[in-house]
Amino acid sequence: MEIGLAHYLTVAAMLFTLGIFGIFLNRKNVIIILMSIELMLLAVNINLVSFSTHLGDLTGQIFAMLVLTVAAGEAAIGLAILVVYFRNRGSIAVEDINMMKG
Amino acid sequence: MVVAAIAFYIFAGIAVAAAFMVIAARNPVHSVLYLILTFFSAAGLFVLMGAEFLAMILLIVYVGAVAVLFLFVVMMLDVNFASLREGFLQYLPIGALVGFVLFLEMVMVIGTWVIAPETAHLAQSPIPPLGDVTNAEAIGRVMYTQYIYFFQAAGMVLLVAMIGAIVLTLRHREGVQRQSITAQVGRRAEDALEIRKVEPGQGISEL
Repeated sequence: MEIGLAHYLTVAAMLFTLGIFGIFLNRKNVIIILMSIELMLLAVNINLVSFSTHLGDLTGQIFAMLVLTVAAGEAAIGLAILVVYFRNRGSIAVEDINMMKG
Repeated sequence: MVVAAIAFYIFAGIAVAAAFMVIAARNPVHSVLYLILTFFSAAGLFVLMGAEFLAMILLIVYVGAVAVLFLFVVMMLDVNFASLREGFLQYLPIGALVGFVLFLEMVMVIGTWVIAPETAHLAQSPIPPLGDVTNAEAIGRVMYTQYIYFFQAAGMVLLVAMIGAIVLTLRHREGVQRQSITAQVGRRAEDALEIRKVEPGQGISEL
């Protein structure tokens, strides 16, 4: 059997759905939420690369690399904020993060 | 072709199963390890698709940097993760519902949608035949010419992320003895030494 574009898109859709599901499931744990965001970005990357190779256009792979860059930066900044927050409050529970609420 | 199909199903199955374990594992350290497994499988899928360079970049960036960063933070924070799992099942139905609806929508899009036949001629930067140039070289030829500004912008994003992370986490604690290199290097003999002429039998009167 031939593995086509639809197969890869299905895998990406499943990974994206699992990422959304993870955010709902672990609403208190910021670290798992960040990991879920990484999963969703990975799914987007799989989509981009599968379209790129299927249509024979390199642009998708370039774009996937830019997404990868932003994902790395986002993880670094997010975890830095998390460390600072933990240092100040001694907790990383999401419902405690309401100091800036008006 | 059969080997490729088997490899695809193995990689895809491991990726999805590991992604599920990322969000379902009790211990966040296990979550990070499953995340690494997911990235490995995704890299395998990239190789199957013919994007070897991106597969290796995925391994280096995600497994080598991002996942290790996660691991550091998870192990550094002294958090009671068991208490964070309270209410885990409370959001399960709504989460499952939203996820299911989203997945259904995506499957409907994938199932009912076709690529126009003339799309193949519209490629901005067509992939050259593999016999001529490798995937990495082809990407380099496009990225450093046509997309050079995007490449520079990506570098700026990384620079800002680096400075931001350092600024956020750097702290100066009071009352900690530190080495001051400038003070050490800028020290002169006149500041430290005093040479006096001592007359015989007189001694030094005042110090």
